[in-house]
Amino acid sequence: MFSYIQSSKPIGTSKVSTKHSRSLARIMVAPAVFALLVWMIIPLSMTLYFSFKKYLPLRGGDLGWVGFENYTRFISSSSFWPAVATTMIIVGGVLIITVVLGTLIALLLDQPIWGQGIVRIMIIAPFFIMPTVSGLIWKNMFMDPTNGFLAHIWRAFGAEPIQWLSHASLPSLIMIISWQWLPFATLILLTAVQSLDSEQLEAAEMDGAKPIRRFFHIILPHLARAITVVILIQTIFLLSIFAEIFVTTAGAFGTKTLTYLIFQRVLESQNVGLGSAGGVYAIILANIVAIFLMRIVGKNLDR
Amino acid sequence: MQLKKLVVAAASVTLLSTSLATAETLTIATVNNGDMIRMQGLTDDFTAKTGHNVEWVTLEENVLRQRVTTDITTKGGAFDIMTIGMYETPIWGKNGWLVPLDDLSADYNVGDILPAMAGGLSHDGTLFAAPFYGESSMIMYRTDLMEKAGLTMPKAPSWAFIAKAAREMTDRDNEINGICLRGKAGWGEGGAFITAMSNSFGARWFDENWNAQFDTREWSDTLNFYFNMMSDSGPAGFATNGFNENLSLFQQGKCGMWIDATVAASFVTNPNDSTVADSVGFALAPDNGMGVRSNWLWAWALAIPAGTQKEEAAKQFVEWATSNGYIELVAENEGWANVPPGARISLYENANYKDIPFAKMTLESILSADPNNSTVDASPYVGIQFAAIPEFAGIATDVSQEFSAAYAGQQTIAEALAKAQALTNDAMEAAGYR
Amino acid sequence: MPRAVTTQKKILNSAISWALAIIIFFPIFWIVVLSFKTEGDAIRTPIEVLTSTWTFDSYAVVQERSDYFKHFSNSVIIAIGSTLLGIIIAVPAAWSMAFVPSKRTRGILMWMLSTKMLPAVGVLYPIYLIFIELGILDSRTGLVVILMLINLPIIIWMLYTYFKEIPAEILEAARMDGANLRSEILYILTPMAIPGIASTLLLNIILAWNEAFWTLNLTAAKAAPLTSFIASYSSPEGLFFAKLSAASVMAITPILIMGWFSQKQLVRGLTFGAVK
Repeated sequence: MFSYIQSSKPIGTSKVSTKHSRSLARIMVAPAVFALLVWMIIPLSMTLYFSFKKYLPLRGGDLGWVGFENYTRFISSSSFWPAVATTMIIVGGVLIITVVLGTLIALLLDQPIWGQGIVRIMIIAPFFIMPTVSGLIWKNMFMDPTNGFLAHIWRAFGAEPIQWLSHASLPSLIMIISWQWLPFATLILLTAVQSLDSEQLEAAEMDGAKPIRRFFHIILPHLARAITVVILIQTIFLLSIFAEIFVTTAGAFGTKTLTYLIFQRVLESQNVGLGSAGGVYAIILANIVAIFLMRIVGKNLDR
Repeated sequence: MQLKKLVVAAASVTLLSTSLATAETLTIATVNNGDMIRMQGLTDDFTAKTGHNVEWVTLEENVLRQRVTTDITTKGGAFDIMTIGMYETPIWGKNGWLVPLDDLSADYNVGDILPAMAGGLSHDGTLFAAPFYGESSMIMYRTDLMEKAGLTMPKAPSWAFIAKAAREMTDRDNEINGICLRGKAGWGEGGAFITAMSNSFGARWFDENWNAQFDTREWSDTLNFYFNMMSDSGPAGFATNGFNENLSLFQQGKCGMWIDATVAASFVTNPNDSTVADSVGFALAPDNGMGVRSNWLWAWALAIPAGTQKEEAAKQFVEWATSNGYIELVAENEGWANVPPGARISLYENANYKDIPFAKMTLESILSADPNNSTVDASPYVGIQFAAIPEFAGIATDVSQEFSAAYAGQQTIAEALAKAQALTNDAMEAAGYR
Repeated sequence: MPRAVTTQKKILNSAISWALAIIIFFPIFWIVVLSFKTEGDAIRTPIEVLTSTWTFDSYAVVQERSDYFKHFSNSVIIAIGSTLLGIIIAVPAAWSMAFVPSKRTRGILMWMLSTKMLPAVGVLYPIYLIFIELGILDSRTGLVVILMLINLPIIIWMLYTYFKEIPAEILEAARMDGANLRSEILYILTPMAIPGIASTLLLNIILAWNEAFWTLNLTAAKAAPLTSFIASYSSPEGLFFAKLSAASVMAITPILIMGWFSQKQLVRGLTFGAVK
């Protein structure tokens, strides 16, 4: 995506673009910029404002300025670093699973198969499921250690059912979230695979290049850009994952992400000041991740 | 008083009052428990009597809490009536966020509300929420399995007996767990259970100077006892079981004993839902010979946020839903076993209700719970399974998450207690208690 | 890149693809099955579930308890309303950034995306207070606006990448022919951009339909969409698998059907210009 922004010769600057069209362009950007500015600045400045206050709704609201106390308290809490780690594990785990599986499925679906349309419809279906619903389905109908589908299957084979959400909490959550995001990755990667130059592949095949070699030397470089997009967009959404945790483990068993920790501070503890400070940290973290991502993957986008 | 007259008129001369009062539409937030869902089905009766319409917002307990708390603290006014509990009511009442219910009609008979419930729903002697139903906790057990194990349940058993019975009743091959208890994270779930249990072990949340007490032997005894008993005779995955999960297990005949809310008695004895309906016995929640039992006290109650435009109509609804008339209405439609229990004295004096198998034990459990005197050693807080301070919900959620992680084997009990101790003291310091 | 393959290979590929598709789709299939069972049957072993009697009871109970169509129509209005409003605001912005970029374009685009990372819970209280102040609590208008703002960055990004793919030569040729800006947008750009706008529209309807934080926390009775409908079935007392399944099926079916019918357009939309 960034290729356009960074490309050496933006098309619009060609000789026909007049002064008139430029000022008009500015006016046309204005509503969107204004809307987002309002959306950004009002809540953000209110968050910043609250983060320096002792603001406890249940004790009467605003109890005065406290400087950086909320910030130091939030970061020194024993939950903070584990929450950051959990966030990273969930985001990383989901990214790895969706990208790897997505690539494989995309390559598979690109081959001629019977009933391709139906297969594709079945694979993209989880993308349309509300996060709350998908959390509830997995928690109750599948991962419940007594009545869940998986428990029945385990028992049918004489095995002790796995207590998914308590004994394998993080892997379970990563699995649920990956299930939701796999279709997204698959679709983007499939479109990219389909645009691959088949002559190039055939030539490689003629040369006797082994499938694995073909994959790493031709297919993967071609997909690099699409993979980058998948990682970028998914990271943005995954950093703020909330509903899945809320309905499955409620933050127990080491599944408390930064977003969830902030939720607990604001709504369970009713400490808006502390939660707001956490919100500021979350924004900082998100931007660090974003900048980091841009650095390592940005190259792919510029090609 | 104009209002009083109006309410009396509304209750007695239905048609007339409908034309007098302007019809309002009340928005009511409530929890998706069976009794509340039944109430929704009977709303037409209220509309017919008063002319007011009702719109329900029915939410799962955790969502409801976060939703109504946001609204009341910001004075959002999204709801005309909120369903809240014994924890919230005194705190909100103190802050002046609720309409005092001190002018209810004579017909309503406030004096008929069980004193334990009225006490827990008041601040400084003023009632701020009317109990829709009240509960304590008690033992529900399978009489057939108990017999098979060659044991007899005393009326007031000790924890030692319960642990022994649980081990004897456990039959893993037939998927029977001796005992099912809450282990789910959340202050209102596993947190409530373990806190009530700890009281009978002589533990408390805070000493009189608001210092956390998780480093004491009493807490360590409580958690170790619970964990050992559940590991030997509890269901798989008990660390994620809350009220509802255990209810399902018990109804399916997979639990020998279950210690939980007294309201569950009507669900486990209802032959439509329960496969074990005719073999359930009841006993008081266990103790440890220290003078305090492990039962709690709770009420789901209806409160009116201060500042609502529809105060009069809202009061009419609160009176309707928590009155003896409503109890009779439910009895007529669904039978006496399904009326909302634990709120009114007269229910337990009613000849029709006396035959209900769990009625007596429910009342005894409620009467034996004292929120003002819940711990063996003196404590600075009111409440049995909670401490009625605004910070408690947040702290107890964190603490119960640590406990649940220990139940699931992710950390030792000692580690969980150490973390609980640190985070509680930290939060109490932040709140200015110590 | 369709290439000739042996039948043997086609059989193998088909088998693997179908196996994967069935595994991925299975949870959805299973809740549809459970929704047609009694509560007692819904918790039995899979074989017992499939062989037990089928019933519409759960749907009847769910419909009796909560007005599905009210929640449904709220969801429709909020999802479509926020998307249309977003597109109206985003099209001019994306157009001008794509065709008349300035030095600041890149920064603006980056910044827009970064607004997506603002954690929603952190600003719940501020937003709630603003909504009270504006009197739009529990109103569809309020939700339309907030969901539009949440998804606006994604809408702009998607449109921007489409517009960038429109060859500049066409525009230049049109300008040489004396077309003014208005006719340039109306007669040249719009027809070329329609597929892109359509897929943006679809993706954002899905995102708005499934948004579960703001729609739950800013509504009460009037504007509550399907997300709050689900919240009343999530863990009630007693057995609930069948009722929860029925409620879930009712909540996801409309968007699932829309997604399936429009999947071709949607696939285009999801590329974000990733495919060159």
